[in-house]
Amino acid sequence: MLTNFKRIFKFAINDFSRNKGISVAAVFVLIVTIMLATSLLFFQAATNFLILQIQEKIDITAYFREDVEEEDILKARDEILKISPDIKNVEYVSKDQAMQIFTENHKNDDVFLKALEEVGTNPFLPSLNIKTSGDPAQYQEIANILQASEFGEIIDRVDFSQKKNTIEKIFSITSNVNNSGLLLSLILVIVAVLVVFSTIKLAIDGSKEEIGTMKIVGASNWFIRGPFIVQGAIYGFLAFLVCILISFLLTYFINQKLEAVLPGFNIFNYFLNNFWFFALIQLIFGVGLGVSSSFIVVRRYLNV
Amino acid sequence: MIKFNKVTKVYHPEDLVLKDVSFEIKEGEFVSIVGKSGAGKTTLTRLLLGLEEPTSGHIFFEGADIHAINLSQLQNIRRKIGVVYQDYKLLPQKTVYENVAYVMEVEGKENKEILSEVPKVLEIIGLKNKLKNFPKELSGGEQQRLAVARALVNHPSLIIADEPTGNLDPYNTYEVVSLLQKINNAGKTVILLTHDREVVNKLGKRVITIDKGRVIRDEEEGRFII
Repeated sequence: MLTNFKRIFKFAINDFSRNKGISVAAVFVLIVTIMLATSLLFFQAATNFLILQIQEKIDITAYFREDVEEEDILKARDEILKISPDIKNVEYVSKDQAMQIFTENHKNDDVFLKALEEVGTNPFLPSLNIKTSGDPAQYQEIANILQASEFGEIIDRVDFSQKKNTIEKIFSITSNVNNSGLLLSLILVIVAVLVVFSTIKLAIDGSKEEIGTMKIVGASNWFIRGPFIVQGAIYGFLAFLVCILISFLLTYFINQKLEAVLPGFNIFNYFLNNFWFFALIQLIFGVGLGVSSSFIVVRRYLNV
Repeated sequence: MIKFNKVTKVYHPEDLVLKDVSFEIKEGEFVSIVGKSGAGKTTLTRLLLGLEEPTSGHIFFEGADIHAINLSQLQNIRRKIGVVYQDYKLLPQKTVYENVAYVMEVEGKENKEILSEVPKVLEIIGLKNKLKNFPKELSGGEQQRLAVARALVNHPSLIIADEPTGNLDPYNTYEVVSLLQKINNAGKTVILLTHDREVVNKLGKRVITIDKGRVIRDEEEGRFII
């Protein structure tokens, strides 16, 4: 048994090195396929990050009437937290804090500051900023509850309806980008898988007669099939080594440019943090594809 | 040793290759099966090796019905048969040494035995100085001798030579036929499938003549008559 294994490995290595052209071609198409699958993972990570960023920026602000006591607002805050488990955070912003934030945000904008001076008093209302962990539908639901509940009397207005369309649009765009990106990448990966299969078929086609001869001399099916399958695994393993190196270099070099587009998203760190996951996916994908293609093609010739 | 019992092979309804073929070959015999190209000689070989199924009838090798046994048993039988083809059917990606060693490896022989046996066989057939060459680097005669070496190395009980001299000049033809005679003299059964009249007539051994898929003559010390 062990002798047979050794012989199968020896045959595979010999065939691999004696058919350099076709071996290089097979490894190359596997590299392209693995990289496509890898880019699919990176793409997903980037869109998830983007959605998270957008979700972080969305909130509902409930403005309270000017005459409402701070104590009542804080009571309302505690009650609001109980409305739904999807409510992540409720932040109280007093009249003074609102004024401070406004002046800070517009400290270089004379028009706004002069306008505020002319008003003479603090025109801002105390408010609660509510953030949820979910989609816009949840915001809508919370906004409805706030306006209809016991707080309706002390709440001046809830500003969600003004932001609603923009939020829904952004979510619809990101979701569409995500879905079409996934679909496109999947189509590309399927095409690449077919190309890998064809290339390996081409590599084994040259050995069709040889397989017939092996059968005639009494070789068992596994003794014939083994070297081709090991060769497929070698193609996949080499492609994996190249891909993990490419992924490392690529994420390292595009990191800065990507951070300019997606601030806070460090693709290099993301790759390093998930290194073993990427390595495993690339290895399984490469070796699995090489082995299964060889298996299917040789099986066809063994049945002839 | 070998028995063809009313074997018929039809590829398509109109394409009758063998019709009710029956004959027996005993151990140690040298039998020439002759016939024109397309008479059905190669189909006989393929049926005997279990590479094809007969449409009807049975083929027995050492008592086993070739088409009733399982794949593993069939592979064992194939290892007992050495086959030499007109187009050599060598393994082009393997060297001369590896081509011969392969059949021993298939049988699970030890490396030590392979290392000692293969050079001996290659020396006998005059290819000892071409161990590392690939088949494409050999002449036609050398390739055929290599095919014979591969057929012999496992000491099979039966050698089938399917048009082994078809691509050879008279000198190499003589060499290969002499080799087959020597193998037979050593006690092995040899089946020679050929349409070479001169070779068959010189041998003076049993001749089975096939024409249009039927056995039309089976004679001890026969001659090539079609």
